[in-house]
Amino acid sequence: MTTAAELLAAIPELAGVEPVTRVTIPARLEYTHSPGSAQTRFLNALPDKRLVAERCPQCTRVYVPPRGACPTCGIATSEQLELPHTGTVTTFCIVNIAARGLNIEVPYCYAYVLLDGAHVGLHARVGDTAYADVHIGQRVEAVWDETRLGPSLASISHFRPTGEPDADPESYRRWM
Amino acid sequence: MSSSRRGDRDVAVVAFAQSNHTRHTDQLSEVELVMPVLHDVLKQTGLTANRIGFTCSGSSDYLAGRAFSFTMALDGVGAWPPISESHVEMDGAWALYEAWVKLRTGEADTALVYSYGKSSPGSVRDVLTRQLDPYTLAPLWPDSIALAALQAQALVDAGLTDEPRLAATAVRSRRAATGNPHAQLRGSADADELLREPYEVEPLRRHDCPPISDGVAAVILAAGDTARQLHANPAWIRGIDHRIEAHQPGVRDLTESPSTRLAAVAAGAFDAPLDAAELHAPFTAQEVVLRRALDLDDRVPVNPSGGPLAANPVMAAGLIRIGEAAALIHRGEAHRVLAHATSGPCLQQNLVAVLESSEGPHGTRGGAR
Repeated sequence: MTTAAELLAAIPELAGVEPVTRVTIPARLEYTHSPGSAQTRFLNALPDKRLVAERCPQCTRVYVPPRGACPTCGIATSEQLELPHTGTVTTFCIVNIAARGLNIEVPYCYAYVLLDGAHVGLHARVGDTAYADVHIGQRVEAVWDETRLGPSLASISHFRPTGEPDADPESYRRWM
Repeated sequence: MSSSRRGDRDVAVVAFAQSNHTRHTDQLSEVELVMPVLHDVLKQTGLTANRIGFTCSGSSDYLAGRAFSFTMALDGVGAWPPISESHVEMDGAWALYEAWVKLRTGEADTALVYSYGKSSPGSVRDVLTRQLDPYTLAPLWPDSIALAALQAQALVDAGLTDEPRLAATAVRSRRAATGNPHAQLRGSADADELLREPYEVEPLRRHDCPPISDGVAAVILAAGDTARQLHANPAWIRGIDHRIEAHQPGVRDLTESPSTRLAAVAAGAFDAPLDAAELHAPFTAQEVVLRRALDLDDRVPVNPSGGPLAANPVMAAGLIRIGEAAALIHRGEAHRVLAHATSGPCLQQNLVAVLESSEGPHGTRGGAR
């Protein structure tokens, strides 16, 4: 491979010149992101420990967190409804590498929790159990973090097993 | 007129919709902003998303400050079962170009093209510096108004315009926008009053600059007989071409736009007289450059919609020019209209489209609002 120095050597005027191999150019742009109407309703309900989902008037799917549109039908999810704090694990993984800037001890269990009545999985951690015991179909419930209740999903610390029998696979097969 | 032979199919704009452009849309997410415009444009044709052959959009993650922001906006399309879809990190006019190619080559009979810009979350003046050369120019943070001012000063120095004439362009554009309910700035003070205002970046004053807008535009394209079924008066794309100049503004003569000229020649802009032109000139002085490149004199109404000086949702303002040009034809107010879109600093990249009614250039001249 040709080095930068060799490339410069081929240009008479630049022969012997120290090549520039690195520049540091800081750039910073600041944004004020607005979550929109549907997500604002969802976020504003979290301090009251309420999970506000939205239903598509056409296909009747229930989305949580709602994004304001049904991606399947392309129409507004106009109807709000409150979901229970219980759900079913539809998939999970055990994370062994700490993400930078995330204050969580590894290993931890990261899962999709299909809240009862919802048709999309909520991203959440599963805790208060041995990770070897976490499994698809497991029934779980939200554990709220009383110290961090606010308009953020950090209001939910994690989900823990309820101890109920596993959900019937037919109840979640379509929504995995 | 139309032929079923692949590669020889006439393509027309059969519907156009846009939002009411505003400075802030804090209460809406991007998909909440986009979706009503998509519904509007589909409703005009009676088509549903699952009957659209190809969907193409234009937007920029740098405006949203978020990676893959367009995938969220796609929620508003109803992309299930999976659709044939594409996205350009450019103004929607270039998304329309991609869709036009799809229809010309016979891969689809209809296309939905949309684009949006939500500038309000950040400082668009600074965001646009990120499109410059990252090693030599972007570190200097020359904002979009400063670069436009360099171009304006070059035009003034060349004797091609002056501050009163630039102010007259601003007044004409914003007064034209009083007839456009979607425009953000409608109406204007007199030029002599505007000229008493301080400079933003000399020689540009606030009136020489576009408003900062959040907005959406959408267009439906259709080929041949499908277009005739969807609209009684389709706006046929007689020619469309886009050309690009050097990235570094310093190596260009900013008073000229050879890329616009070449695109216009290729699009057939000079083959017959025009009834109107919709030019994507966000800054007053840029209209001078485009008029020269396009040989437009005062007989051709320019930006009867008010143009980007009246509403400038970045990434959508070029597509809006094509939509407004088509709308003039749809309403029977013009037979042959030029639409122009630009991208990059100081009119670096330019697209020209020529749209005609079914009667074509033989129709009576004039009639544009």
